[in-house]
Amino acid sequence: MSVATQDTAIRTGRVTRTFIYVFLLVFALFYLLPFLVMVLNSLKPLEEITSGNMIALPQDWTIAPWLSAWSTAQIGVEPTGLRPYFWNSIKMVVPAVAISTVLGALNGYVLTKWRFRFDTILFGLMLFACFIPFQIVLIPMARILGELGIAGTTTGLILVHVVYGLGFSTLYFRNYYAAFPTELVRAAQIDGAGFFQIFWRILLPSSGPIIVVCVIWQFTNIWNDFLFGASFASGGAAPMTVALNNLVNSSTGVAEYNVHFAGAIMAAGPTLLVYIVAGRYFVRGLMAGSVKG
Amino acid sequence: MAAADTRADFRTRMQNWLPKIVLAPSVTLMLIFVYGFIFYTIYLSFTGSRMLPSYDWVGLRNYENLFRLSHWEIAITNLGIFASLYIIICTLIGLSLAIFLDQKIRGEGFLRPIYLYPMALSFIVTGTAWKWLLDPGIGIEATMQTWGFTEFTFNWIKDRDMAIYTIVIAAVWQTSGFVMAMFLAGLRGIDNEILKAAQMDGASNWSLYRRIIIPQLRPAFLSAFVILSHLAIKSYDLVIAMTDGGPGRATELPATFMYSYTFTRNQMGIGASSAVIMLMTIAAIMIPYLYAELREKK
Amino acid sequence: MGFLDINGVTKAYGAVEVLHHVDISVDEGEFLVLVGPSGCGKSTLLNMIAGLEGITSGDISIKDTVMNGVHPSKRNIAMVFQSYALYPNMTVGQNITFGLEMHGTPKEERERKMREVSQLLQIENLLDRKPGQLSGGQRQRVAMGRALVRDPDVFLFDEPLSNLDAKLRVDMRTEIKKLHQKLGTTIVYVTHDQIEAMTLSTRIAVMNKGYVQQLGTPKEIYDNPANVFVATFMGSPAMNVLPTKLEDRNGALHAVLSGAEGQEVILRIDDAPAAYGAYKGREVLLGIRPEAITDPEGADRNARNIQSLTNIVGVTEPAGADTFVTMHVSKRDCIARMRADADVHPGRPFEFAVNMDKAVLFDPETENRIG
Repeated sequence: MSVATQDTAIRTGRVTRTFIYVFLLVFALFYLLPFLVMVLNSLKPLEEITSGNMIALPQDWTIAPWLSAWSTAQIGVEPTGLRPYFWNSIKMVVPAVAISTVLGALNGYVLTKWRFRFDTILFGLMLFACFIPFQIVLIPMARILGELGIAGTTTGLILVHVVYGLGFSTLYFRNYYAAFPTELVRAAQIDGAGFFQIFWRILLPSSGPIIVVCVIWQFTNIWNDFLFGASFASGGAAPMTVALNNLVNSSTGVAEYNVHFAGAIMAAGPTLLVYIVAGRYFVRGLMAGSVKG
Repeated sequence: MAAADTRADFRTRMQNWLPKIVLAPSVTLMLIFVYGFIFYTIYLSFTGSRMLPSYDWVGLRNYENLFRLSHWEIAITNLGIFASLYIIICTLIGLSLAIFLDQKIRGEGFLRPIYLYPMALSFIVTGTAWKWLLDPGIGIEATMQTWGFTEFTFNWIKDRDMAIYTIVIAAVWQTSGFVMAMFLAGLRGIDNEILKAAQMDGASNWSLYRRIIIPQLRPAFLSAFVILSHLAIKSYDLVIAMTDGGPGRATELPATFMYSYTFTRNQMGIGASSAVIMLMTIAAIMIPYLYAELREKK
Repeated sequence: MGFLDINGVTKAYGAVEVLHHVDISVDEGEFLVLVGPSGCGKSTLLNMIAGLEGITSGDISIKDTVMNGVHPSKRNIAMVFQSYALYPNMTVGQNITFGLEMHGTPKEERERKMREVSQLLQIENLLDRKPGQLSGGQRQRVAMGRALVRDPDVFLFDEPLSNLDAKLRVDMRTEIKKLHQKLGTTIVYVTHDQIEAMTLSTRIAVMNKGYVQQLGTPKEIYDNPANVFVATFMGSPAMNVLPTKLEDRNGALHAVLSGAEGQEVILRIDDAPAAYGAYKGREVLLGIRPEAITDPEGADRNARNIQSLTNIVGVTEPAGADTFVTMHVSKRDCIARMRADADVHPGRPFEFAVNMDKAVLFDPETENRIG
């Protein structure tokens, strides 16, 4: 380790290092175990789970629970499986992420490069909106969606997620563009570029990292939302999380744990996939963002 | 820009208006859907609304009733237990993992994603996993018993006095990795020369961390506290998925209370007043924090 | 009316006025340098000329057209920024022609102008690179290319050399001067570096705290600074400003100071302007540049009035070409500039030669130059 420790001021003895490794590995196990249990037990017949050993490998490997969770399991009253709800979530999350990201980018651009009176107050209001408990808006939201005729629809959910996702997307882009040299914007102004040309030709080509962060954040939050889904789209338009909860917590019949686990992995799938593919950029951006505020 | 210029040409005037036009839709949405709605809910909390909003003013009666309900008392007691344990344990685990991971560990790149991935999951998924993992019939208890530890019991999730702690376990599992990332970023930001200077002064590792490094992580502690407390107050999905507020009312939180009073018990006025209390609690934490952050940036 | 006219221009942010009634008229082909410490308002003034900041009152005109409220791109100006402000996602070629593209210049003409400019600046081989792949000096050239290609009426430079290392800065300085002599364009140049101001400009505006302290040619500014601020800001090491009593002895005016050991030091003033008369017998400030205090052998042969000053040598700092000596005069540090091989030793007395032709006096209250 002598080479590796050269540039750090902290040196640790062998006993300490052993302890550190054990500690880190125990926690790695703690984080991995629940997911491992879900995967193993989603590939077992139900009797193997009820007879006792959750941590054992399946004796009789089967994908039947997966098929059942996807297309035949009882969700509420219909034996449709999770499939239609998975598509509901996709139809909700793609437009909601796209719209909130675009608006967030424009807001961030205006708030940093075209400053005007009260811009800090406006941003403060947007920032606080990120952190409100959504219970405070549930009642009026239900009424408005009803009056707009989009209660219980995916369109309604898209509106809700765009509105309450704006604060965070604006926050990300504002912090990113705040560090973007204002001289570039001035140079472009002198060169004769207008408001949208500056955004499109100068800022946007350099926004890759923050777009990744914002898209992942919005995707994860909107996909994982349960409260709005359960409140405003509990029927046929319900998103995946609501359907999964219905599957797991329905009181009728025998609890099919293996099907529940398969369903849970399906619900986790898209966000995990995004995390595995682009998580590195996300963590980098998020760490910078959260520590700097 | 150029507010005092009266002779501005058309293009310049247009360029001055465009930013405001672009910002307008977002600001409008925010003012209506966030602040308008907040005021509407605050107004409802002073009315006798039951199943539907009504506008008969009842003054503070909903709040008086709310604080007389044992159901609400349970919810806020639970929140107190849950939030304090959740924040303390997450911070301790997050800080320890970050400090240990910062010792030039082999395989840091392999361990870090393992600590972080739960953050990507929905609370419903986390709840499902832990609900069955902690279930005495099939989970850890059953597994230990098949392994021969027949006396082993771990049935907190079914125990009225202990169920709230199972929510803490699952919530810590989900977020402590994220807290680790925040502390790690803070640690990586500390100037190495300061550490070298402290070592020249003869500081041991222990005093180096206690006296020099951890005090410099103040911003990370603050961010962690704000984010965790805000998550705790909003917690809803995890409880619904794991225990649905049970056994009995043992794991009710303000968020589940608000939902059930508003939408299933038809006590909208009381539901609204509980939402207002939640908002005020979060505001008490967030507003000073955001104010300080925005001032610093100016 | 000049080519670029700044008439009674003020700038205020809310109630705070940061630029007070500035009047500058620049002729065609002039090289005007705005110089001053940070926060003096020089960059604000430049941005107002560019149209990047609004004008609170007064007006700015270029070629007799009032530019207040005119969009920056319509003023026919070009600007070189401190950070160069090259668009990171575009190649050098695209950077140079972006402004022409925005103004709707046809592609062939853009190409032609780009070739001309890149030839002039010797950056033809860089046209396909991205700014990130260039060195500091190359970026500087590209930034100038982007300005030149527009063929503007006025060039604005905002501290363009401050991001370069010392040697490159000197080279680029020469190059900018050559370019100005060759193209004869009108330039307004902002810097905090007084050497840049002296070497580049045809005229200098020294600014401080939102006021133009003095506007004049480099020589006027250097030899006859309007006040103590200009005197000490321009020149390195700074002009010595020493408390002095002005006395009439034997019918001639003398500056009376005290040496390092409290001894009286008397310097005769010849050809005193009439204004000195009012200060007779009063405390004033004597301003004398370090190069006017030398060893006797190094004194200016053309000087008419060399006075001698014997004092204890404090610190000596050999700087290669010269040796700087610090001593105490009138309880202040006073710097003298000697030949490199002058025979000075710390702690020993030495007889300095003071060229009083170059001395100026300041009023101790107003700090303005007398006469």
